Amino acid sequence: MKEKQRPLSPFMIGPYYKPQLTSLMSISHRASGVFLSVVGGPLLLWWLVALGSGPEAYDSMLACLDGWIGKLTLVACVFALSFHLLNGIRHLVWDTGRALDIKTAYTAGWLVLIGTVILSAILLGVLL
Amino acid sequence: MAEFQLPRNSRIGKGKVFSAPADAKNTKVFRIYRWNPDDDSNPRVDSFEVDLDTCGPMVLDAIIKIKSEIDPTLTFRRSCREGICGSCAMNIDGTNTLACTKPISEIKGEVKVNPLPHLPVVKDIVPDLSHFYAQYATIRPWIRTQSTTPPDRERLQSKTEREKLDGLYECILCACCSTSCPSYWWNGDRYLGPAILLQAYRWLADSRDEATGERLDELEDPFRLYRCHTIMNCTRTCPKGLNPAKAIAEIKKTLMTRRGI
Repeated sequence: MKEKQRPLSPFMIGPYYKPQLTSLMSISHRASGVFLSVVGGPLLLWWLVALGSGPEAYDSMLACLDGWIGKLTLVACVFALSFHLLNGIRHLVWDTGRALDIKTAYTAGWLVLIGTVILSAILLGVLL
Repeated sequence: MAEFQLPRNSRIGKGKVFSAPADAKNTKVFRIYRWNPDDDSNPRVDSFEVDLDTCGPMVLDAIIKIKSEIDPTLTFRRSCREGICGSCAMNIDGTNTLACTKPISEIKGEVKVNPLPHLPVVKDIVPDLSHFYAQYATIRPWIRTQSTTPPDRERLQSKTEREKLDGLYECILCACCSTSCPSYWWNGDRYLGPAILLQAYRWLADSRDEATGERLDELEDPFRLYRCHTIMNCTRTCPKGLNPAKAIAEIKKTLMTRRGI
């Protein structure tokens, strides 16, 4: 009879559960995936449509992306793509049953993060 | 549906403060979650200042000391005090572990003690694990055979076959891993969670069991198994050093192989 009023024990990552590299990267993997499909995908589509619609449309698109908001979005997309790609490889390796002990998972996690910075820098270097 | 906030009746209020005796020199504060079903109030966190010079080395020692010397109403589960029964599983310093094998000296600053996450609280740090046990029952965790039992001997295993159970049979079902898993917090009604899946794999890996196909059929489900997203909180937190994430990956692999992928 009292059962329904039982409180739920505290759980949230951050205030009650210690954040860890693995859990944070898992959340980031999902967040970057959502970001890429909501922002990155449409942006790519816009680019392709503009490319197909001739030089004027393309120029107006470039003008739109030239502002700081546009640039910031592009940089965010490059980072999200690099991270999602590299962490995706980490997930693929896991799916083969390998590298699942905590030590290797952490090493691979740090490698992904370092790789993200390097890959983003290369991509941005090519883009800019 | 994913929830990120505690329901209204579960928000935590300010609690009482119990100071150590004046002559205590080496003290540490334990901040412990309290909720009493007989009060009509929300949970609260009480602070207990404990004299470490007269206290055993583990967090459980401190909790027992608090119960016997400071506040006898403090409620918790404990039994073996040596990490084999799994009763004193709780969230200590933001990580699930067994209070009896967690040294106080490993914790910097105040020691925060909460019940295992995202479970209904029975009282104080005692959570309701009925659903967890019911899920365990659904995998029918015993040997299932079709062949008749050999009349003159046990069902034998080679040394290599037996070794496949290492890292699985040691699980004490303390629920530390399952209740550390965000997927289990949000889909625990249907997702089996790391502990039960590790147990499921323990029977898949057993050379004597003859119901592998049946067991795999029961697991092949978007919720029961595939809510695992390799977050790895389970492996990180297991007080017995086991690897539920790996066991789950092996189940997924076996299912893929069965499909011929």
